[in-house]
Amino acid sequence: MSSQANAAVTSLWEGGRSPYAVNSKKFGMWLFVVSDALTFSALLMAYTYLRVSTPNWPTPFHFSPSIVFSSIMTFVLLSSSLTMVMGVHTMNHGNRKATVGWILATMAGGLAFVVLHLREWLNLINNEHITIFGNPMDVPLFGGTFFTLTGLHMTHVICGVIYLGIIAAGVGRGKFKAEDVEVSGLYWHFVDLVWMFIFPLVYLMSARI
Amino acid sequence: MSSPEVHSAHHAPTSFIGKYVFSKDHKVIGIQYYFLALFSVLLGMTLSLLMRFHMVHPDMKVGWFEKLWPTAAAGGIMTPEMYLSLMTMHGTIMVFFVLTTAPQSGFGNYFLPIQIGAEDMAFPTLNMLSFWTTFLALVVMVAAFFVQGGAPLSGWTAYPPLSGVGRISGPGEGMGQTLWIISIAIFCGASLMGAINFIATTLDLRAKGMSLMRMPLTCWTWFVTAILGLFGFAVLLAAGILLLLDRTAGTSFFIPAGLVVSDQILNHKGGSPLLWQHLFWFFGHPEVYIAILPGMGVTSQLLSTFSRKPIFGYRAMIYAILAIGFLGFLVWGHHMFMSGMSPYSAFAFSVLTMTIGVPSAIKTFNWIGTLWGGKIRFTTAMMFALGFVSLFVTGGLSGIFLGQPSLDLYFHDTYFVVGHFHMIMGVAAIFGMFAGTYYWFPKMFGRMMNETIGKIHFYLTFLGVYAIFTPMHFLGIAGNPRRYADFTNFEFMNSLMPVHTFMTHAAYFTAAVQLLFLFNLFWSLKKGAKATDNPWESTTLEWTIPSPPPFDNFGGHHPVVYHGAYEYSVPGAAKDYVMQTDPAAVSH
Repeated sequence: MSSQANAAVTSLWEGGRSPYAVNSKKFGMWLFVVSDALTFSALLMAYTYLRVSTPNWPTPFHFSPSIVFSSIMTFVLLSSSLTMVMGVHTMNHGNRKATVGWILATMAGGLAFVVLHLREWLNLINNEHITIFGNPMDVPLFGGTFFTLTGLHMTHVICGVIYLGIIAAGVGRGKFKAEDVEVSGLYWHFVDLVWMFIFPLVYLMSARI
Repeated sequence: MSSPEVHSAHHAPTSFIGKYVFSKDHKVIGIQYYFLALFSVLLGMTLSLLMRFHMVHPDMKVGWFEKLWPTAAAGGIMTPEMYLSLMTMHGTIMVFFVLTTAPQSGFGNYFLPIQIGAEDMAFPTLNMLSFWTTFLALVVMVAAFFVQGGAPLSGWTAYPPLSGVGRISGPGEGMGQTLWIISIAIFCGASLMGAINFIATTLDLRAKGMSLMRMPLTCWTWFVTAILGLFGFAVLLAAGILLLLDRTAGTSFFIPAGLVVSDQILNHKGGSPLLWQHLFWFFGHPEVYIAILPGMGVTSQLLSTFSRKPIFGYRAMIYAILAIGFLGFLVWGHHMFMSGMSPYSAFAFSVLTMTIGVPSAIKTFNWIGTLWGGKIRFTTAMMFALGFVSLFVTGGLSGIFLGQPSLDLYFHDTYFVVGHFHMIMGVAAIFGMFAGTYYWFPKMFGRMMNETIGKIHFYLTFLGVYAIFTPMHFLGIAGNPRRYADFTNFEFMNSLMPVHTFMTHAAYFTAAVQLLFLFNLFWSLKKGAKATDNPWESTTLEWTIPSPPPFDNFGGHHPVVYHGAYEYSVPGAAKDYVMQTDPAAVSH
């Protein structure tokens, strides 16, 4: 080891630079995504564990409105990932005005998702009498797991909309760099990805066929 | 591709608040964490003394008990529930606010950036936030003492249903338990912020030439501990959310149907207490390594420095750290052998648990190999490092007993377990902290600690902790159950009570000895002899800069690293050590 003491530093891992050739901010967001993925994984594992160990787990979601609604929500959220990609792309080309537009479109997608989701929640609570602690099917854990998983995800979407709002304002005032937009995009895509697990596991698998 | 900027320096704050309160300087934050842990350890120790007192004098009336706790100690006699609340808070405060906080967030914050040659952590603002979030968690936790019903009863593991069903299951199970779980959730957030910061700092901010295979072993252990924290606390956060919902929103994640508590049938239905145990121990076992790994790093650093020899098997040490970190996530089931686990699963968890013995033994043999033939300098720091090795072996050997399902069925609810985890997770880790304190104090505060008082402190503490915790193993073998507030009503315990009395006196003695340490710490802050830049003749980067270091650590200069961290007694070198920054070539 020491005999190479004066040899030229060639490897990315030899110190003096980031081995991933990214700023720490971006790397930090990746680490946050890893830890948040584990939190959601733990909740999904808990859901699976409880569902498997419960006989007669209910499947109350009718095609309309629940499945139709959640499919529209999925489409809206996925589309917002596309607008986010466009925002990162235009920012990389230095077009701040277009970037602000794309981020605002992304935020609109997120907000629409939240509004649709809350409407879906209210439908379940008022019409189907499914709450976090009880339901007519007499499997209280159905509502418990449903509202916990979707609630935590919705919290993430709301935080994401606020985060994107700060980024959009900063980009508009010429404050943030392209990388800041990309880092916020990482978070947004992650929130979308989580939904791609929740949608089939929570909605589709509980559909009444 | 353009080279990304690695770090942007920030300017030294001038206001008192910016400098000492909401500081973004990793050194100030490290000291803040250290003193937060010092406050917590004194609080936790006081709770344990109250427990030891109650165990041998369960019927003695104490006037000031009644004044302090009019309900929980009515008539000056502690209720069993109060004993359980002391046990819960002792465990929680020690595990989260001492063992997780001081070795990693305290020393790690202070020395990781300096040892890798960085000006600060990767995210200074996040660093400040993580300290104040930890502080908030401590305040919420301590507040549990003062709400109606007092502190919770369910132990640091908070097993449901006890922890999930609310006030009906005991006096501290109302608001106290809710605050407990909120505090833990806040602590999870703080630890995640810290973990992200540590990992990014280690990978991104190393000085030129500081390759991963030249990093001091302290940095390796902080790095791997941060990874364990990133995974572990994320899962504990999920478990905490579910438990909080069970308590406040009426869900039944952890509470089964048909439960009768205090003669009332509960409305909850369908949940599984085992689910909590799985989620908790998936965090809880790595947490043991979060507590002990930084101590291993400090021990490696000190044994090499004070034996004037390179660490024996540097690479093997790193692979052992990585193996311990990886295997730590696969063994959580060995905490649940008693929970009705299938013997096949128990066997798998048992084999994996035994496997951790291999890297642990590699580390121990390498420590002994480092000492072998060395010119040992018996400083106080070195003695605490040697004490760490002793305690690690003692506590590790009883772990081999507990890793066998057939033996664990007998030992699990006895004092054998209490003795085991206090030896390895509690006292060994605390010896790592003492070692770190005596070693780094000169760098942190610019003054030396008193070596004479330090050595007396070591010998008496070493004797004291063995006197407290060794008898617990024998008590456990004799069938002494744990978590009981009072043993005087059991005939089979009569012959064991003198042992408890001995342990209680040993605990008083050991606690009193810590006053020596506190005196030494605060006296040396003001009156200690001035420290030179490198009083121990160590090789790592923190010893190349003034004591205490300037605001940006290296005074605007960017260090370049040429050697590994443990170049001692190098043949042909001018002195018996070669600094990591010394450009002179070293041939082996």
